[in-house]
Amino acid sequence: MGHKDNVMIHVSHLKKSFKQLEVLRDISLDVREGEVVVIIGPSGSGKSTLLRCLNRLEEADGGEIVIGGVDITDKKTDINRVREKVGMVFQHFNLFNNMNVLRNLTLAPVDLKKQDRETAKQKALEMLGRVGLSDKADAYPRQLSGGQKQRVAIARALCMLPEIMLFDEPTSALDPEMVGEVLDVMKHLAHIGMTMVVVTHEMGFAREVGDRVLFMDGGLILEEGTPEEIFGNPQNPRTRDFLNKVL
Amino acid sequence: MSRIIATYGRLLATAMGQTLLLALYGLFFACIIGMIVGIMSVVRSRICRFIAAVFVNLIRGVPMIVLAYFIYFGVPYFWNTILGRGGMTLTALQAGSICLALNCGAYMAEIIRAGIEAVDVGQMEAARSLGLPWWRSMVRVVMPQAIRMMIPSIINQFIITLKDTSILSVIGFPELVNTAKNVVAATFMSFQTWAIVGVMYLIVILLLQWAAKALERRLKYGT
Repeated sequence: MGHKDNVMIHVSHLKKSFKQLEVLRDISLDVREGEVVVIIGPSGSGKSTLLRCLNRLEEADGGEIVIGGVDITDKKTDINRVREKVGMVFQHFNLFNNMNVLRNLTLAPVDLKKQDRETAKQKALEMLGRVGLSDKADAYPRQLSGGQKQRVAIARALCMLPEIMLFDEPTSALDPEMVGEVLDVMKHLAHIGMTMVVVTHEMGFAREVGDRVLFMDGGLILEEGTPEEIFGNPQNPRTRDFLNKVL
Repeated sequence: MSRIIATYGRLLATAMGQTLLLALYGLFFACIIGMIVGIMSVVRSRICRFIAAVFVNLIRGVPMIVLAYFIYFGVPYFWNTILGRGGMTLTALQAGSICLALNCGAYMAEIIRAGIEAVDVGQMEAARSLGLPWWRSMVRVVMPQAIRMMIPSIINQFIITLKDTSILSVIGFPELVNTAKNVVAATFMSFQTWAIVGVMYLIVILLLQWAAKALERRLKYGT
């Protein structure tokens, strides 16, 4: 696939607890430029928390996280500058309800002076075209279906021209018939070389699009490998047990 | 009743004007206090949240009439006599406005805090994930949604505060109730006078409610 060797995400010995509960126990992980890493595992295994640590929506308690060469566990790091380069897509879309689609897409680029108003608008329309929603620029979030909302959310993240995209169960809140349209957009992103970390229950997507699959349980990465290795010949009994249940 | 309106109508109308003036000053500063304290109670800083909680609980725990006496009589006495600085006087309008602003401000702070907390945290997270700072996310994304939800409660609080101006008759401010007392003292027609005063309050409050409904309709998104 012509992956460069640039490490975009470097995580070492990451720990995170909520009160007494240890959610991430000792996570180490490298993601290279253009790589698509899919994280699977049962609920409560810490996969969403890991993802949210990568743009500091959750603060790490220990360990190191380096994004694009910047240590975000360092208190002196301006996290907002890092987040501009790291797009995130949420399970519940989180479109800004008080704005139409176009304003959702242009808010951050214009507010952070990345682009002037006109450029941002052109860029936004281009991104909407890419996710197949050119006709929805003036719609408000509540007028869209779940699948449309999620595609807008992806377009919104792309408008910041991110180098990394994080997906936190992007299809889990969707009606089954809308899952495909969102996965198609994600596949397209993967094919044009976006660096992606995807937490999902869509095993088909993991198998087809993932360069690497991680299986998490109990706050640890128990197994990692190519989709063929993980799905074809899982080594860890917990991985086998999990896959038996979901496949 | 027509005699009262003919003789004292202007006086009562002027007094209603004073009531509205007092309410307006009070509400204006209450909005500022409420906004500041409301935001202080949702920020990360524990000190800010503590100060906000102390303010709200202190004001809510003291009846407004006590607050009014305290500000109008107590504070100048403290300054002039106990501290011996002298020269401080508060007009009834000033003391009344401060009193309303503090009292209504505390309740507004609670409404604003609850409004902000009622906005899904995902809205803030999404804004932050794009690189917007906390404050920008608050102003651009969270507050507009919170305010829309708060409007009915805020209008309700406005109405309560408007009616609470009558409590300030105790410090001698010539608002509607105080003036009506004088009219009753002069005419002995308490039934007619208080009926007129009641209707006057009612009309103003119904107008306020009607304006609020119109505002609420205009602020609906995507209809």
